[in-house]
Amino acid sequence: MAERMLLMLSVNGTEITREVPVRLTLADFLRHELALTGTHLGCEHGVCGACTVLVDGRTARSCLMLAVQADGAAVQTVEGMAVDGKLTPLQQAFVEHHGLQCGFCTPGVLATLTELLETIPDPSEADVREWLSGNICRCTGYQGIVDAALAAAKAIREGAAGE
Amino acid sequence: MSWVGSRVKRVEDPALLKGEGRFVDDIHLPGMLLAAVVRSPFAHARIAGIDASAALAIPGVHAVVTHADLPEAFRQPLPLLVPNPAIRYPVMQHVLAKDAVHFVGEAIALVLADDRYIAEDGVDLVVVDYEPLPAASDFRKAAAAGAPAAHAGRADNIAAEFAVGYGEADQAFARAAHIFKEELFQHRGAAHPMECRAMLAHQDTLTGTLTIWANTQAPHQLRDVYCRMTGAADDRVRVIAPNTGGGFGSKVQTYPEHIATAAAALLTKLPVKYIEDRREHFLSTHQERDQLWTVEIAVDGDGKVLGVRGSLMHDSGAYLPWGVITPFISATTMPGPYVIPAYRMKVTCVFTNKVATTPVRGAGRPQAAFAMERLMDRVARELGLDPAEVRRRNYVPADRMPYAVGLTFRDGSPVVYDSGDYPACQQLALDRAGYDGFRAEQASVRAEGRYLGIGIGSYIEGTGLGPFEGATVQVTPGGQILARVGSSDQGQGHRTMFAQIVADRLGVGPDKVTVTVGDSGGVAYGIGTFASRVAVNAGSSAHVAAGKVREKAIKIASHLLEAAEEDLDLGDGRVFVKGVPAVGKTLGEIAAFANGMPGFSMPAGITVGLEDTSYFTPQRSTYANGCHVAVVEVDVETGGVKILRYVTAHDCGTIINTMMVEGQVAGGVVHGIGNALFEWMRYDDDGQPLTVNFGEYLLPLATETPCIEQAHMQTPTPLNPLGVKGAGEGGTIPAAAAIAGAIDDALRPFGVKITQVPVTPEYLLDLIHKKS
Repeated sequence: MAERMLLMLSVNGTEITREVPVRLTLADFLRHELALTGTHLGCEHGVCGACTVLVDGRTARSCLMLAVQADGAAVQTVEGMAVDGKLTPLQQAFVEHHGLQCGFCTPGVLATLTELLETIPDPSEADVREWLSGNICRCTGYQGIVDAALAAAKAIREGAAGE
Repeated sequence: MSWVGSRVKRVEDPALLKGEGRFVDDIHLPGMLLAAVVRSPFAHARIAGIDASAALAIPGVHAVVTHADLPEAFRQPLPLLVPNPAIRYPVMQHVLAKDAVHFVGEAIALVLADDRYIAEDGVDLVVVDYEPLPAASDFRKAAAAGAPAAHAGRADNIAAEFAVGYGEADQAFARAAHIFKEELFQHRGAAHPMECRAMLAHQDTLTGTLTIWANTQAPHQLRDVYCRMTGAADDRVRVIAPNTGGGFGSKVQTYPEHIATAAAALLTKLPVKYIEDRREHFLSTHQERDQLWTVEIAVDGDGKVLGVRGSLMHDSGAYLPWGVITPFISATTMPGPYVIPAYRMKVTCVFTNKVATTPVRGAGRPQAAFAMERLMDRVARELGLDPAEVRRRNYVPADRMPYAVGLTFRDGSPVVYDSGDYPACQQLALDRAGYDGFRAEQASVRAEGRYLGIGIGSYIEGTGLGPFEGATVQVTPGGQILARVGSSDQGQGHRTMFAQIVADRLGVGPDKVTVTVGDSGGVAYGIGTFASRVAVNAGSSAHVAAGKVREKAIKIASHLLEAAEEDLDLGDGRVFVKGVPAVGKTLGEIAAFANGMPGFSMPAGITVGLEDTSYFTPQRSTYANGCHVAVVEVDVETGGVKILRYVTAHDCGTIINTMMVEGQVAGGVVHGIGNALFEWMRYDDDGQPLTVNFGEYLLPLATETPCIEQAHMQTPTPLNPLGVKGAGEGGTIPAAAAIAGAIDDALRPFGVKITQVPVTPEYLLDLIHKKS
């Protein structure tokens, strides 16, 4: 149970090398080894989606993934989204549209929606709800999240068109 | 302009969106031990012995703490905070199980280790010698004579009995044109905030002060319970609720785990953290569950109500940490927004070998609204009236406000609906939903073989219960405006709300007000965040305190500027001479003066510091109200229910922040949708939980949730200076009733009548097939 392995990966663009217990989850590695506490654990059995992060650009449940499985990967967490403290258009849309209340599920929701907006730049409300169905929120009733996602998609498209 | 009433963006959001929130599990203290809990696998058993030696042999395990290892003050049950003469057996849970366990998940021992992985290894190796006992599982069976005793040695499982009512109910029934009876079973599931319970305790070796960080809805209560149990002085214990990931009632209670974690920190002289996982949350965090209502309504030939009577059976679970509050609220909420001339309800609370039940969002009111609204729908169907019309004929009219119902509420004050226009609120909802045009749509799609239905749920909610909440507003010589409020925030946006209130009084923007919440060290006394009470109690306190600071600033400026107070005004962070804005003093300058100069006496009539602490004490609850309309489509092949539209109209008095109120209502409605269609905490006959993960226990997802269309009315209450009523729970209260009504309406060709929630596909198919 104390077996350890060497792990090399990139987290939010920083190269990291650590020896970790093989049974350590990626979520606990991020939270407790790297102090990136923005990734939250809501169920630890892969349903609620609070712990969702991006691994090589794709969403992954960091509670169901061992840290050593991320060897060689590029991991992005909520801490890696805003640049120099400035909120991304998606994060800003959450402020404008009341896309969060307690904020506990929010980091996972942001990860899911980041992947959505890269995959479908002009999603319908049904698309957003379908993609969100892997993230449970008990506070908002999802309304503000859906509104924020649609507004962010529009802002990103318009921003890209303006460049 | 006024900040109260504006759609102010939340001050909480940027940090939370960047992953910079600080939840309990984000706090790391040097030397900290992680706890894992040994929990009972049996619903009812005697503990014959505990052997922790194998666990203690694991490298990294520091200690195993059982009841016998606790300091003496901790070897006792938690106190019953809300006693009631109706309680026959005030049975409370021990900090750690003493010699018996009474529900699956009851805490028996803490394993303390270097990390949680090792602590959980330790839990697996603690050997507990159980002698299983017969268990009381379903409360309907447990109430019967001869049922297995939930607590060995008791003659029966009746925890409490009482009755509420007014008027001559039996006489009303004797002269009624029609009497209709229903038996309604309601199951509500659990709160399930996304963050489970979390706590960290540390005693500072220099000062001796014990600090508990906990995601509690009631930091002062946790402090007070700890002090009451241990004899510690209030100022030696500090409870801080940092960012908290939702609560919905489940985090109001002081739990045995809170006290056990604190005891472990004292025993080990190290910081101890315990983070509950979701499975434990299913087992050990209080739920609010089953009630069985057997109710009758008496009406005249026009559908006007003459009386309501019946009995209510409530599952208390294994212990009574919140006394009989929940069923008491249920029984006193039953009359709802209607004129009910006579009412009588007998309440029986039943012990079972399941985790205790305490209020979850709505707190007994969703059950009452379900019972009353099902009766209204029944009257409509039997008399061939429109369900909206039956309600209209019975609403308390606006010109009868304030309306005394005739009951005493759980706060000891009379139930008086202070203000509101219930018929107008219904009309607002009906108009928004296009109620009058729905029948044509329903008929046209039924011709295509589709079953659409519309349902109505009306409600009232006693909000803003006392006794008080406190707030301190302070201006520093540096000009900072600080507000410290005792109640804690679980995501509602309290800091934004208080900043808006204080900003209005001090003539600044909300961004100039720094708000601290949820720290027992910040405000001396506090009650907690529940009963939709924070805006009413703490909001009013902040309003009053900021007003006193304003008055004081003007008084001191009058002295400094040698100008009459009535010639001064306050704005943009300064007190200035009216018409001569250049002549004035900033709030910081005034605070510096109020803080005094060494050796100089204070001028006559000027007290120290530019600050005030206020505790607003409402004389009684203020009643919010609303009406929901749901449109559903039922798939008669699968029993699936899809909510096509959901409209709310509600009145929570003065709205402080429309955006946040809409968020509360939407979240509340979706909680109610979960109660109506999905959430069922199942147990087998031995009290063994069968739904202990989110695959087995279903929460509403974005794909099952419609857009919540909202309309607002604002009838300010005369009971507090802001005119506010609570908004946190109203969304949940009538949702199951409205959805059940809509399902009945959709399935009218089958004669289906919903008498229980959640309405699962199995249940619905059963009803369809029985009738067809």
